[in-house]
Amino acid sequence: MANLKNTEKKTKAQAMGMHTEVLTGRTQQKFFNPDEAENFYYFGTYDVDFNKRTDLDVKDMTAPEANKEIDNLMSQGYGTIVIKNPQGKHSLGVGILNKLNLIFEGSLGYFGMGSCDGPIVRINGRVGWSCAENLMAGKVVIEKNAGSCFGAAIRGGDLICKGSVGARTGIDMKGGTIIIGGDAGAFTGFMMQRGRIIILGDVGINLGDSMYDGTIFVGGEIGSYGSDAVDAELTSSDKDWLRRKLKVAEIGENFDLNKMKKIVAGKKLWNYDNLEPTEKKGAI
Amino acid sequence: MCGIAGLIHRGKSSNVGSELQGMLQALKHRGEDSTGYALYGDTDGKNFIMRFKVGENVGEGSSSVMEDVSVYDERKKIVDQTLSEMGAKIVKEERTLPYSLRYEIDYNTKDLLEFSQRIENIPGVEILSMGKSLEVIKDLGNAKMVCDRYNLDKLVGTHAIGHARMATESGVDIKSAHPFWGYPFSDVSVVHNGQLTNYWNNRRVLENKGMRFMSECDSELIAVYIAQKMREGATLAEGMKESLSGLDGVFTYFVATKDSLGMAKDTMAAKPLVLYESDDLVAMGSEEIAIRSVLPQEIDTYDPFDGEVKVWQI
Repeated sequence: MANLKNTEKKTKAQAMGMHTEVLTGRTQQKFFNPDEAENFYYFGTYDVDFNKRTDLDVKDMTAPEANKEIDNLMSQGYGTIVIKNPQGKHSLGVGILNKLNLIFEGSLGYFGMGSCDGPIVRINGRVGWSCAENLMAGKVVIEKNAGSCFGAAIRGGDLICKGSVGARTGIDMKGGTIIIGGDAGAFTGFMMQRGRIIILGDVGINLGDSMYDGTIFVGGEIGSYGSDAVDAELTSSDKDWLRRKLKVAEIGENFDLNKMKKIVAGKKLWNYDNLEPTEKKGAI
Repeated sequence: MCGIAGLIHRGKSSNVGSELQGMLQALKHRGEDSTGYALYGDTDGKNFIMRFKVGENVGEGSSSVMEDVSVYDERKKIVDQTLSEMGAKIVKEERTLPYSLRYEIDYNTKDLLEFSQRIENIPGVEILSMGKSLEVIKDLGNAKMVCDRYNLDKLVGTHAIGHARMATESGVDIKSAHPFWGYPFSDVSVVHNGQLTNYWNNRRVLENKGMRFMSECDSELIAVYIAQKMREGATLAEGMKESLSGLDGVFTYFVATKDSLGMAKDTMAAKPLVLYESDDLVAMGSEEIAIRSVLPQEIDTYDPFDGEVKVWQI
């Protein structure tokens, strides 16, 4: 943590003129200081060693018990945890705000890996609805299929499903990248605000419906376009980025990127930045 | 919220009563106001099996009106008399609970409409199912409670569908519980998860065509809708495909007949369904944990897409 007691000392950010106030008293405000490595971590997170590995059999555990045990193992410095027998349980691996290498030997139910920030996760099975909802950073790889609302409202990180996904993938997403190796269902990218979605297969009806911003790349057939979703030109820099991302995702390395369609917001639904005309104000 | 589950063994029979109990119990967090089973047992196919009720379960949590238990006996007597008048012979009679009965009937007919109308004209009597293989058992409580109450865990058959209900738009009673029999079709049953928004419009049209509704539960409409389509000559799959545009709202539902099991998902794909399919077994449910209760090993499952209809044969 930043040294809050020593408030007289100027931080690097202050020296650069990014802020000038000097806080005194009890305050929770912390300023970013790249020299202090611990600033990269949340309060209460653990310093784990990726080479320290253990197994955790959750067959007879409830989801809260399993999640507490994952936390307990991280507190002991385990940086690689292999979860055995998840058997479709809901809400496993939620709320991990730590660097961690987490491997699930099986399938997860609803809300798996929700609200995480930082872990690298591999799921050797299928996931249910709302996998990795609100992901902020890290990487989640699903080896099989995924349910609906995959990556709902994610803000960052890479979310990869090597199989097919259900409806409303990337709904309300605000950043990050979602990569689908197979097909995706209806309303993919519904109301997305930022970020990018890549689908190598076909996609269902109402693609990108009411999207504010962001980009969707589709390699297969599109069922139909949603309201205000429009085609855009696929540029060479898009192709370079796609090539890099697919390599990282370990899928579609030989995919013909010339087949990709790029879909963006037409921005005809944008109303929130329409200022009131000056002449109207004058008339009033 | 509600949870639905179903399975079909292809080319063999299994203990479907116990299997479905496990699947529905895994979904009890989705609702345990009532639970219902539609089980397709192994029979010789000679006699009809009629499951019917002469009253409601008025236990804790029920929205039904308390009745004097003596009326159950009166209603049963009238049912027996009506069956006799129609030339239907009761071969075997079981009374699991005061209000719930199971008859095996020797009766030769291809049209159950008149038969059903005469039985259900008796006040307080409702046929839960009629068929040569189908048995619908539904009552208040979770899957295990209903299974134990009706001794379902030994029932051997080829396929089954079931429902764990959280009552939202109609009462906590047996008449509103799923599955619904596809009146007046022998061996047709339906379970549903979702809400139908054009229920009353469709109901009025179907009632004008002579179909009957026993509850105000929107899910009953699916059973009646599919039954009417089949009455007009459609196959099960054709009727289900037409329902995607004929029914408005969000839904995932299963329909079972004597030798098949089907699923349909609305065009918004708003209601969940996870499916496992192999050469000898299809198992599906609102959540994967339902399937895991019969297949604990690692398996490949997937979510059917929007507007998808699938039908499997035994």
